[in-house]
Amino acid sequence: MKRNNILKILLFASYFIFLLVAWLTGFNPGQQIGYNFGSFTADMLKILPGAFILIGLFEVWVKRETVERHLGEEAGVKSYLWVILLSGTTVGGLYLAFPVAYALYSKGARLSVIFTYLGAAAICRIPMAIFEASFLGIKFTAIRWLVSLPLVILTSILLGNYLTRRGYKLSAGE
Amino acid sequence: MYYLYIVAGLALLVSLIASRGKTVRALKIAARRLIRILPAFLIMLILVSVVLYLVPDELISRYLGSDNKFTAMALASLLGSITVMPGFIAFPLAGILVQKGVAYMVIAAFTTTLMMVGMLTAPIEKAYFGLKVTIIRNVIGFFIALAVAVMIGLFFGEIFP
Repeated sequence: MKRNNILKILLFASYFIFLLVAWLTGFNPGQQIGYNFGSFTADMLKILPGAFILIGLFEVWVKRETVERHLGEEAGVKSYLWVILLSGTTVGGLYLAFPVAYALYSKGARLSVIFTYLGAAAICRIPMAIFEASFLGIKFTAIRWLVSLPLVILTSILLGNYLTRRGYKLSAGE
Repeated sequence: MYYLYIVAGLALLVSLIASRGKTVRALKIAARRLIRILPAFLIMLILVSVVLYLVPDELISRYLGSDNKFTAMALASLLGSITVMPGFIAFPLAGILVQKGVAYMVIAAFTTTLMMVGMLTAPIEKAYFGLKVTIIRNVIGFFIALAVAVMIGLFFGEIFP
């Protein structure tokens, strides 16, 4: 773990030194990369605080029993419907679905439900689907949902059950 | 993005009215979780900035327009796996490609792997799920994307014209 951290810091340092040198010497690829980094970082900084505030409020206010009853080991097939609806509201990109998935998991949602949430967050975000349908047509979006959603649920159940049997646990994000 | 802050702001306000103590605790949890995952986000941003430089839009357009639909589909699914692109760029690009005559199944392979397979978000996924599960999940996503592309090809009459 220690060595890993040192490697990370070295990576960050050399990356930023590269950007600085590129900026000073006018090295075009480096400037381009720096520009990409800046614009994506700005996008992300706009979303992250809002999203994590919601995660914090969820942790404090939503009871563990509520999540367990609807999304836990004993909950039925309806859990998949709930998380797919929840995934439709995901903002930003998949990178925000992971901390949300962890929050659900820490409140007792079962693994197959977590994986369904991640899969559905990738393919069924409502704002994105509207955008997609307007450029590629409703038929395209409809086929994509009808093919991918059942496969997402099926593979999530298989993967979730397999990992549950093996005693798999998520970590808090290290 | 505005509606996220409208929702977060309202939720915070309601929470504050209901209980000051709990709201402070929620904000502390929010800050702690965010700080813990920031290094993984930084790695993702570094990867994104480099990959976007190496794989510009023109390159994607060129490869997706390849004459053989199946070669194009394979290339599209690989490109979709290694890049990230926000929907508001990807779908207009897809729309343009369709007008240029690129097959729908190629577009489907590209956009679906773009959404489901995240080589670049892997640092974040790995921080929560570990390397093994991250790989399994992304490989599954890749095959689901191929299944979607093939079905799109069938329904749009591109595989059996």
